[in-house]
Amino acid sequence: MSRRPYVRAGKRLWWLGHRRYVFYMVRELTSLFIGLYCALLTLGLVRLAQGKPQWESFLAAASSVPGVVFQLVCLAFAVYHSVTWFALTPKAMPLIVRGEPVPGNAIVGAHYAAWILVSLVVLVAAWI
Amino acid sequence: MRNEITVEVLRYHPEKDSEPHFQLYTVPYREDWVVLDALNHIKDHIDGTLSYRWSCHMAVCGSCGMMINGEPKLSCNAFLRDYCKEASVRIEPLEHFPIERDLVIVMDSFMKKLSSVKPYVIAKEEKPLSEGQYVQTPPQLQIFKQYTQCINCLLCYAACPQIGLNRDFVGPAALALAHRYNLDSRDGGKEQRADTVASNEGVWECTFAGACSEVCPKDVDPAAAIQQMKISASVDWFKAHLLPGGNK
Amino acid sequence: MAGSSKPLLWLPFAAGGLVAALVTPVLILISGFLLPLGVFHLPYEKMATFAHNPVGKVILLGVVALPAWHAAHRMRTTAHDLGLGSGPLVKTACYGSATVLILVTTSVLLVL
Repeated sequence: MSRRPYVRAGKRLWWLGHRRYVFYMVRELTSLFIGLYCALLTLGLVRLAQGKPQWESFLAAASSVPGVVFQLVCLAFAVYHSVTWFALTPKAMPLIVRGEPVPGNAIVGAHYAAWILVSLVVLVAAWI
Repeated sequence: MRNEITVEVLRYHPEKDSEPHFQLYTVPYREDWVVLDALNHIKDHIDGTLSYRWSCHMAVCGSCGMMINGEPKLSCNAFLRDYCKEASVRIEPLEHFPIERDLVIVMDSFMKKLSSVKPYVIAKEEKPLSEGQYVQTPPQLQIFKQYTQCINCLLCYAACPQIGLNRDFVGPAALALAHRYNLDSRDGGKEQRADTVASNEGVWECTFAGACSEVCPKDVDPAAAIQQMKISASVDWFKAHLLPGGNK
Repeated sequence: MAGSSKPLLWLPFAAGGLVAALVTPVLILISGFLLPLGVFHLPYEKMATFAHNPVGKVILLGVVALPAWHAAHRMRTTAHDLGLGSGPLVKTACYGSATVLILVTTSVLLVL
């Protein structure tokens, strides 16, 4: 009996092979843009600590064309992160209330409601 | 309406092949046939040397998992009519496992992972027979019932990108089964299973790609099981490391 | 039963994911869209007062540090997915950058 199991080689670009894995990779890459935006926030705080003229030049840079383009790209990825994160939350935290499982949609809906609420609070705080 | 369909099967006979190669067959096309019927036709009428696993032909035994046009499926659950627009139906052994022969994979690694999660009730308190049965109410069963549905077909392992990158990852089915027992009201074995579940090759290798749950033919949702165990393992870890007296 | 020390990395990652999901988009909306449009203004005095306030400091630290950690952990696993391995270089680059951001943010907030 000659057993000689054949081990197939892995593919470096395995994630390009199927739509499901491409979306997974995009979802994971959202974190890169969230990280880059955090770096921008850190830079802003440094400029704020340095004084008024530095803070205002930071705001000007953020409002420049490359600044806006970069941030809008970050925004697109950040929104995709939010949408995918909320969709997955019911799987990670199933809730049982009074013996009955809470439907996944309710958990997702609650997160969207929180998202809107938090966003409104921040917008109002930044406005006044 | 076609009456034939081309099937490409990956063949490998270790006694004569140095590596696998595709072989083409033309089989009858029937509206109600599944890929398994095509394979049985090949074996019975065209090429008796073809090897593959199958049994129930109704998606409950978990034997006939294979890659069909690049997707892990049970061959008894993949209808030829869903492939009639394709040029051919490409059949390969399940991804991420060594090929034993033709469509038969070596699943020893999974059997080890399965036993490592202790997939049996480890009673909270041992009772003598005289004290009667361990009672479980329907709501208690409902909590873990979906995780009992696993038929060990290994489609999830074929789909999982982390298994693809690290064959030592305990994997979706074994971890989902650990969760099934951890959630069972009669069971008190969570700590014992943690050796495997909370290890680096356990839940922590998972990146929640979710491919496992997408391909599961029994809606077990192993991805959900693993995420729930990440949270549970984290809470246990912080309790053990931050509370005086640990987890006790 | 201690098991792997991954929970130390994972729990802040999960918290950061939630903060990033709930807060980061509106922040980018303000700094990247409403501010350039002139609809919002973020005057120095108002921002400095907010950063001066201890509650403001905690909030600012939270919205920077947690998503930064989330990004670091996820980029580490993505590097592994992309075939770059999970060695010391990858770990240092990922967790190191987040640590730098968190340390800089903390020191700036202590000064402000």
